[in-house]
Parts: sequence; C-alpha cells; structure tokens
Amino acid sequence: MSAPTAGRAVPLPRRGVADRARRGRTVRAGRGLSVRVEGRTLTVCLGLLLALGAVVAVSLTTGDYPISVPDVLRTLVGQGQRADEFIVLGLRLPRVVVGLLVGCALGVAGAVFQLVTRNPLGSPDVIGFTSGAVTGALVVLLVLHGGGWQTSFGALAGGGGTAVLVYLLSTRGGVQGYRLILVGIGVSAVLQAANDYLLTRSRVEDAQQAQLWITGSLNGRGWEQATPLGVGLAVLLPVLLLSGRSLTLLDLGDDAARALGVDVARTRLVVLVAATALTALAAMAAGPIAFVALAAPQVARRLTGAVGAGLVAAGLTGALLLLVSDFAAQRLFAPTQLPVGVVTGAVGGLYLAYLLVTQWRRGRG
Amino acid sequence: MSTSTSAPPPAAAPARRRPAARRRVSRPAALVTALALLVLAVLASLAVGSREVPLGTVLDALRGLGGTSQDALVVRELRVPRTLVGIVVGVALGLSGALMQALTRNPLADPGLLGVNAGAAAAMVTALAFLGVTSRLQLVWAAMAGAAVVSVAVYVLGATGRGGATPVRLALAGTAVSAALYAYTSAQVLLDTTTFDRFRFWQVGSLAGHDTTVFWQMLPFFAVGTALALAQARPLNALALGDDSGRALGAHVTRTRVLTALAVTLLCGAATATAGPIAFVGLAVPHLVRALTGPDQRWVLPFSCVLSPALLLFGDVLGRVVVRPGELEVGIVTALLGAPVLVALVRRRRLAQL
Repeated sequence: MSAPTAGRAVPLPRRGVADRARRGRTVRAGRGLSVRVEGRTLTVCLGLLLALGAVVAVSLTTGDYPISVPDVLRTLVGQGQRADEFIVLGLRLPRVVVGLLVGCALGVAGAVFQLVTRNPLGSPDVIGFTSGAVTGALVVLLVLHGGGWQTSFGALAGGGGTAVLVYLLSTRGGVQGYRLILVGIGVSAVLQAANDYLLTRSRVEDAQQAQLWITGSLNGRGWEQATPLGVGLAVLLPVLLLSGRSLTLLDLGDDAARALGVDVARTRLVVLVAATALTALAAMAAGPIAFVALAAPQVARRLTGAVGAGLVAAGLTGALLLLVSDFAAQRLFAPTQLPVGVVTGAVGGLYLAYLLVTQWRRGRG
Repeated sequence: MSTSTSAPPPAAAPARRRPAARRRVSRPAALVTALALLVLAVLASLAVGSREVPLGTVLDALRGLGGTSQDALVVRELRVPRTLVGIVVGVALGLSGALMQALTRNPLADPGLLGVNAGAAAAMVTALAFLGVTSRLQLVWAAMAGAAVVSVAVYVLGATGRGGATPVRLALAGTAVSAALYAYTSAQVLLDTTTFDRFRFWQVGSLAGHDTTVFWQMLPFFAVGTALALAQARPLNALALGDDSGRALGAHVTRTRVLTALAVTLLCGAATATAGPIAFVGLAVPHLVRALTGPDQRWVLPFSCVLSPALLLFGDVLGRVVVRPGELEVGIVTALLGAPVLVALVRRRRLAQL
C-alpha cells in the first residue's frame, strides 16, 4: 500500500490537520520533550474527568446499601465504619477501578488501531485478538471445563497467539495496514467458526455460561484483576503517548511520514504490540467487552474535534463509557445483573448515533 | 469527515492496476471456468451426502423419473430445495458483499454492516421470546422484516445532514445501530435459555432444513435485489473515483447510493432470513474476485455472483461429508475453506484496493 492509494481505504479526515496543529500551544518540558496542548481538547478532557468523578461517586454511594458521600470519603481515608469499609473498599471500589482501567485500556487501544489501520472501524478485532481470546476461553470453559483464572489465561493465550500469527502472516517487508486488515479478517473467520462450533456442540447450560464470559462482565471483579491491569497501563500508556506524535504523522501516509523522519515499520510494531497488550489485559480482567474500543475513539474525536491520536481523550471516554454502562447493567434490571458487555453496545451505539446525527446537522462530523 | 470522499488523490483511480496481472488470465475465460465450478458444485450438492446417490439417478429424479425410490425422494425432497436455497443465498451474499465494499469503500464492510444481520437477529429473538413463534417459515418472515426495518433506519441515520450518505457515515451508522441491537439480542439470550438454544444454531448459518416453500417465497426478494445490484455496476465504477469525479462522469450520487443500499437490504435480508447470518462469504469473495479481475464492478459483480454460490455449495457438501453421519453447518465450513485462501492471496498478490 503505497501512499497515494492509501487514501482510498482511509476515511479518516485529513482537512484541518495543519489548521489544528497551528492552533494550540506547545508546552516544553526539558530537552526534546514537548507536548502540544490544544484548548478544546483540554476542556473536553477536563469535562470527561469531571464526569468520571461523578460516575465514580454515584457508583460508590448507591446500591442496595446506600452510603452518603461524606461516609464514603471517610471510608476511603480509613476513618469509616466496619460495614461501610467492607462495602466500599471490598466490593464497590475494586469493581469501579477495574471498570475504569478496562475502559481506559480499550479506549486507548481502539484509538491506536484506528490510526494504524487508517480505518474508522479498526479495533482489536481487526488483528483477530478478540476471536482468538474467545476461542481460548471457550476451549478452557467447554472442552477442558476449567474456570476462573484458567479462563483468563486461555483467553490471553488465544488472543496473544492469534495476534502474533496475524502479524507474522501479514509481514512482507513491513506490516501494511490494508494487508493486516485482510489477514485479520481471514484468521478471525476461522476462529469464529471454531467458536460457533464449540458453542453449538456443548450443553446449552454450559454454552450459556460461556456466552456470559464472551459478553464481558465486571461482576465479582476485584483487586486481583485491577492490579495487573493497573501495572500494565502504567507501563504501556507512556510508551503509546511517546509514540503519539509519530502515530499522528503516519496518518499523512507512509511516504510523507518517512520524509518527516518517522521510522514507519518500527512505530507500527511498537504501537501495535502495546495496544494488543492493553487489549489482552482488559480481556483477562473482564472478558472481551464489545464496542468500547470502536466507539470510544470515535466519540472522543467528535468531542475534541482533534484529528491526531487523541489517546488521552479516547482513554477517558472509554472509561466513562464502561463505568456508565456497568452502572446501568447493575441497576436497570435489578435484581438480575446483566453483564456490562450487553450495555456497552447499547449505550455506546446510541450515543455514537446521536453524536453522528447532531454533528452532521451542523455540517461537521 | 465530510471531506473524506473527495480526499483520495487521483492516483488511486482503477487505471493504476498492474496491467501484467490482468493479461495473465482473460476475464471471460475465467468467468467460464467459474461457471463450470458452480455447475460442479450444484451436481455435488445433489449427489453427495449421508446417502450417496449416483449421478444418473440424480438426473433421473430431476426429470421426474425414479418414482418413489428412496434415492429419488432424498434428491427431490431434501437436496433440491437445499441446493436451490444455497444458490440464491450464495448469489445474494456475494453480491451484497461486493456492493457494500464498493458503497462504503471499506475493506471491512460486510453485508452485516448496514444493520441487516443485527435487525434480523433482534427480530428473531423477539419472535422466539415474546411472540412464541416456532414455525420456521414465520421466523424467516420475522427476520426479513427486522432486517428491512433496521437497514432503512441505518440508511436514514447515515443520510441525515449535509452531504447525504457518505461511505464513512454509513459504516459508522451501521455499526452504531448494530451494536445497540446486539445488546438487546444478547440480553435476551442470556436471560432466556430456550431462546438462546434456538438462537445459537440460527447464528451459525445453515442451508439445511428448508423445503421449497421458503425458496419460492424469498425468490422475488432475491430476483429484484440481483437485478438492482447488477444495474449499479457502472455508476459505482464512476463513484469509485470520488463523488465529484463521479458526478462529472454523469453518475447520480444519491440515487446510486440509495439503490445500492436497497439492493444490499433485499439480498442480504433475504439470505440472512433464509439461512442465518453466514459470515465471511460476503466479506471474502469480493476480495478474492478483485484479485482476479481488478476493481471494475462490471466484472466484480458477475464473478461474485458465480464464485460465491460455488463456495457456499462446496462448503455445504463438505460439511455433510466430513463428520458423517453428523453435519457441519455451512457457515463453519465456508470460513474454514475460504480463510486460508484469502490469507494466501493477500500475501501473494498486490491486492486490488477499493
């Protein structure tokens, strides 16, 4: 895929890259480290943080056992009552933290994939990660009859193995976005067939349990899921943010990026590995939650109007989307607790549709 | 995003294809070969199965001879309907896949993208869970209605606002609506075991279990859809150069998009309603075809029409044979058959892009 033809498969907008880059101001922090900060992006990110804070507060205070905000705060600093401590620190906080981290990981990974494949539908599914993770988990659940961490491990092995396979199959003098997409489609199709086969050939109760895992859920998640995810984010996020600028330049086309001094092949490899690892950690913690990786970057981009990577905004949007969805999943059909994956699609889909319509009305989008 | 359609530089025009790759095979000859493949697939579909029927007997049975012998009955009552369904569903999947990819200029676009599959699935689940529908024919109609309603909604959503239905808007609108509907569907199947049990088998996609009633009832949708699809070849070629160049070449942008979307809805809706959401065929066949023919829709569409049912029927026959006396659903087999071919092609050739 040479640069001129690339324009074809790339519906990402190009107008205004230069405009927006000229706006905003550069913040320099020491030698060679500088960040462009743009007013609207900053405002949006602050707004998202505020909204996140509000959702976290609501999630921690409400439920079968309502606790007031001051009580929650007291509990958080270690001054609360016994019962509050159990509910806030033992049940609600870990779940909220897992949701926050998973959403953030998926949002960032999705933004990276959309940039690398230069496709607004690009998401970790593109490299077969999700189908592979599901296959791994289904084999553990339905064939080996394992459970718990074994499922997570199966998902990790399946997803990671698939990602490596797709990557290897699509390298031929560097990975090209278009070939990566098509190889990913092919490999995913095989795995999807295997998944369907496993689901139709097992007892209906087992299959339904497996379906629950496939949908992705935060029920019963705690610190043991949050910790590895948090560590992973702390390591991988800086890597991605540092590659952010080269990533934005890739959007101009390989040749242009190369001319501007970007090592195209290396940048792609680094960000793909990092984004895949983020997806893997998220799937281990909560299962392959659909649509967050796809919707969060789209929503973030429409909120900020920024063309570039927008990784921070995408991560925050992902976290907000997941937390709101989980809140709804717990409360809407109480006492039945739906898995959060059911709701991300509804919330994310409807909100994306709403954004598309309102933005197009104004002639943007 | 509104500029994306005019963004592609002129160098992306179809004329850029390497002429060498085209000269190696002449397209008419390739089309004849593909047709021969399809005929072979049809014969295999009639003769091969858990009961092997000699070809002579098959032909006799088709001509109404052979009376009420077991073999003749199997051919007439089971295999003929199954093969007919396979042909129309195959044509529909291949055509709608090629149209979708041309319409959205997105290699990820598959017939499910306009919300067709999501609509059919949601309607199926509703019919199963709330309306107590159990007859297959009624389920087919429910799925068809769901597919139609939802894809119209997606198109309206995608076309709202200035500039009408651009490729990216359509793709995103389809994904957004599909996601919301799948949320509903998965909530239903997670809450209700009986519905889940029916749904998981429908979701794999299979040609088995229909009599000719379904075929005749769905045939008008397939026929109109196919005619509409083939008529869009020339305007879609013009639009491939971008909206502005397309307009300059005399193509009517909005009309082409509306008619293409309508054809996709008819074809894919009928196919999904009849056989379930068979993944991969509609996605992969157009890619395979473009590697053979280049991006000219006047060739891509007929080739898809022929190769897609051939793949589907071969997949179906193979599915009957490999795990005898059991059967593997065609949706599973086509993915296992087609995917390695797609991967090999992607690695070997310089692909014709959209």
